[in-house]
Amino acid sequence: MNLSRRKFFINFGKGAGYLALVASLPQMAWAKWNQKAFTATNLDAAIKAKYGELPIVDSKEVNLKAPAIAENGAVVPVKVKSSLADVKSISLFVKDNPSPLTTTLNLGKNSLADIQIRIRMGKTSEVIAIVESGGKLHRASQQVKVTIGGCGG
Amino acid sequence: MATKIKIKVKAKEKKGIVKAKLLVKHPMESGMRKDKAGQLIPIHHLKEVKVDYKGETVFHGEFGTGVSKDPFVAFAFKGTAGDKFTVDAVDSKGNTGNVEVKIK
Amino acid sequence: MRRKITFAVLAVCFLSLAACSDDNNDSSTSEPASVKKTEAVNYQDKVNQDVKSFRAFYSNKFPNVELTEFKDGVYAIDQATREQWLEIEEFPPYELSIDEGQEFFEAPFANGKSYRDCFKNVDQGIRQNYPFFDSASQQVVTLELAINQCRENNAEPALEYGMGELAAISAYIANLSREKVFDIKVPTKEAYTAYMSGKQFFYSKRGQLNFSCADCHLKIAGSNLRADVLSPAIGHPTGMPVYRSNWGELGTIGHRYRECNKNVRSEPLAYQSEAYRNLEFYQTIMSNGLAVNGPSSRK
Repeated sequence: MNLSRRKFFINFGKGAGYLALVASLPQMAWAKWNQKAFTATNLDAAIKAKYGELPIVDSKEVNLKAPAIAENGAVVPVKVKSSLADVKSISLFVKDNPSPLTTTLNLGKNSLADIQIRIRMGKTSEVIAIVESGGKLHRASQQVKVTIGGCGG
Repeated sequence: MATKIKIKVKAKEKKGIVKAKLLVKHPMESGMRKDKAGQLIPIHHLKEVKVDYKGETVFHGEFGTGVSKDPFVAFAFKGTAGDKFTVDAVDSKGNTGNVEVKIK
Repeated sequence: MRRKITFAVLAVCFLSLAACSDDNNDSSTSEPASVKKTEAVNYQDKVNQDVKSFRAFYSNKFPNVELTEFKDGVYAIDQATREQWLEIEEFPPYELSIDEGQEFFEAPFANGKSYRDCFKNVDQGIRQNYPFFDSASQQVVTLELAINQCRENNAEPALEYGMGELAAISAYIANLSREKVFDIKVPTKEAYTAYMSGKQFFYSKRGQLNFSCADCHLKIAGSNLRADVLSPAIGHPTGMPVYRSNWGELGTIGHRYRECNKNVRSEPLAYQSEAYRNLEFYQTIMSNGLAVNGPSSRK
């Protein structure tokens, strides 16, 4: 066996071993963090990285509550509630943030689709909530204004 | 040496629904801020928070740098007062934290 | 002598919002004794007149706000930001600092003593007693100054002012004092001098932008400064120390004074400088009757 082929098999073995390890981990283990989605710099790329080609519909069954004008872009309180059944996860995107995906909150079968979080917004932007349920993505969005204060920020 | 992540939790049950609130002490550095010397402060953010109750994961939050400093998150699940659940956290530097909470 | 006293009284009144009266109408021959007696009563009375006028100004400007509600600062007068603030208050970030402050407070000094030896009544609530005019050292003592004095008296190095450990300890102490009502006294001439110095600072224009504290927080309180609603000065100290979203951490009133001074392009003074301590003295007295609600969260 020449050098390159030997190297190939060694690396293949290593790779296979790693894949086998990851595959054997329980579903919600520490390996979920989606690097590509969290570091994507535009909204569509972030959604695609997170959900692939799942269809998105605007839904009245997703209730997004955020202030019309954020008091401070560093701390914007947001609530998302949904009456949809079997909600797998709720994600929040800020369209004009450097990295639009802020968070994905994954829920168990005995959990309610009712979450609150405080997010950062760099500037006035659309805030989008995406609820994954029944193999589809259900979306609600709202514009949140971020202003420049007069007292040091 | 890794530092322990501080987690504060409030959990109350009403009519079979547990409403839980989490506050995690974390700088949530985006990696875009500069210090006084003009150097970029390295990225350092809370990555995941996992909540287990009676052998099941009721909540698993994934966080990016778009979450506010000292992250706050609230969620709800079916449960009973007097029961306990665990909260585990890990950040982008591998620091971890965990706490056991009794539902009020 | 009488003319000098009258002139002094009038000069003092010139800076005051309150109408004032010349109290030395009697032409008694035993002047020193009677003058001393009237002086001791006048200082607290004059201060109380000032407080009355100050309150009246804000009650007139914001007729729908109860006096005691001014402790909530801008959130007492602006509904939109109040809603966001209330959401954050459900589990505010300063709770982490209170826990930290408790740990710092209870850790013993190298000599075996602890903060509890300096602040014996901390559990009953003591925040409402600060700042006070200390006749022994003839200066205004703020809570933060007292914390460091406690450390120095126990051979511990002083903590940095403004943020961090000191702010956390201040938060712990304030939290134990919630709902206690401020009633700072001005019993002596020296205390009154410090009070007047603080009052003068409050009304003096400073910085490149040439604003006084009163310009923004009295005259046009409630108006917008770009997208900020200007908070009324009454109630400013009650929620200290404060977790400002802007700072992403807890800071003291002194830290805010320095920041505000920088905002008007005025050189900030050193933490716990006499001018800032006197200003805090004046501001807290103007907030007498309001309750402690610190630590608090703000924009």
